[in-house]
Amino acid sequence: MEGRFVARGMLVGVLGGLLAFVFARIFAEPPIRRAADYESGREAAQNALDRAAGLPVETPGPDLFSRSVQGNLGLGIGMVLFGLAVGALYSVAYILACGRTGGVRPRQLALLVALGGFLALYLIPFLKYPADPPAIGHEATIRDRSGLYLLMVGTSIVVLVAGVWLGQRLRPRFGTWNATLLAALACVIVLGAVMWALPSVGHLPANVHQYGRQATETPPPLRNAQGQIVYPGFPADVLFEFRLYSVAAQAVLWATIGIAFAPLADRLLAPSPSPDGRNVKKRSLWV
Amino acid sequence: MSASTVHSPAPTAPSTRTAPTSRTGATPVVLGGSRALLWLFGTALFGVVLYYFIGIDQGATSVFGDNMYIHEFVHDARHLIGFPCH
Repeated sequence: MEGRFVARGMLVGVLGGLLAFVFARIFAEPPIRRAADYESGREAAQNALDRAAGLPVETPGPDLFSRSVQGNLGLGIGMVLFGLAVGALYSVAYILACGRTGGVRPRQLALLVALGGFLALYLIPFLKYPADPPAIGHEATIRDRSGLYLLMVGTSIVVLVAGVWLGQRLRPRFGTWNATLLAALACVIVLGAVMWALPSVGHLPANVHQYGRQATETPPPLRNAQGQIVYPGFPADVLFEFRLYSVAAQAVLWATIGIAFAPLADRLLAPSPSPDGRNVKKRSLWV
Repeated sequence: MSASTVHSPAPTAPSTRTAPTSRTGATPVVLGGSRALLWLFGTALFGVVLYYFIGIDQGATSVFGDNMYIHEFVHDARHLIGFPCH
């Protein structure tokens, strides 16, 4: 029985990844390309400044994969495999949620678990550490940034699971509506406190040491020795567009998972007619 | 980290909605439970390992040595999904 849930979860995950890829290929790839162009232009300007100042200039090696491969095949396989990964995790979460989340029907539960995945694995971490296009992100802080991002993801999962548990505990006393609101409020408070306590990316020691105290790693204008701007800061419109489509691509992925899994779960958990014609519920998810 | 949190509640309490009959006999649920736990653990592990290779490997940490093939290949996807990148 579990295997059938897992197989269906992975299937809808791959489907979601495919649709998210199609969406991303059309909408997100143009701003990614502009960000990559900005990055190479800025590198050239920086090299020109270094040469003028008599500093050694390092020439980067050739790209392992061309922009065209990264933006098509790489993006596609990346999104589909990510969909497969979260589809597997989604099926586990769905199985665990069955019977522990009150009187929610299989179809509604499919949507709610997908919403939880979208929030915990993407949107809540995004609020503190939003997705960045190419050209944003310092090499020296990749370890810290990855650790902080995963910490945010882990915290979001733990807090949302605890929130569901709390809601179940409060339900007999306050009723479903009020218990849900109270549990959601508790989640917001705890997550807000965690976000407040964690450092901004720009405040990491390595960044403060090299660039001063900035809020983010978004590149400011490049100036020459006289203080004149020789290359602009990262274009705000490109950053906004990229982040908007990043959120939208994840919304496409998780919405597909929830909507496609709903009828499948409904059928798996539906009462099956017994030989004598009476409707009998499936015995257990665990058998 | 996702693995430990996703499957943390052990499947001891069978669903009241989906398993109305399981309350009468505890043994089949326990037997089914341990097999189910294996399924859940294996699936969660698979998901987390794949998540790691798409999002993290050859960035902060690297399993397959000091090259950038995975990182560069899924580069655009990694940025878009929201993982930190160089």
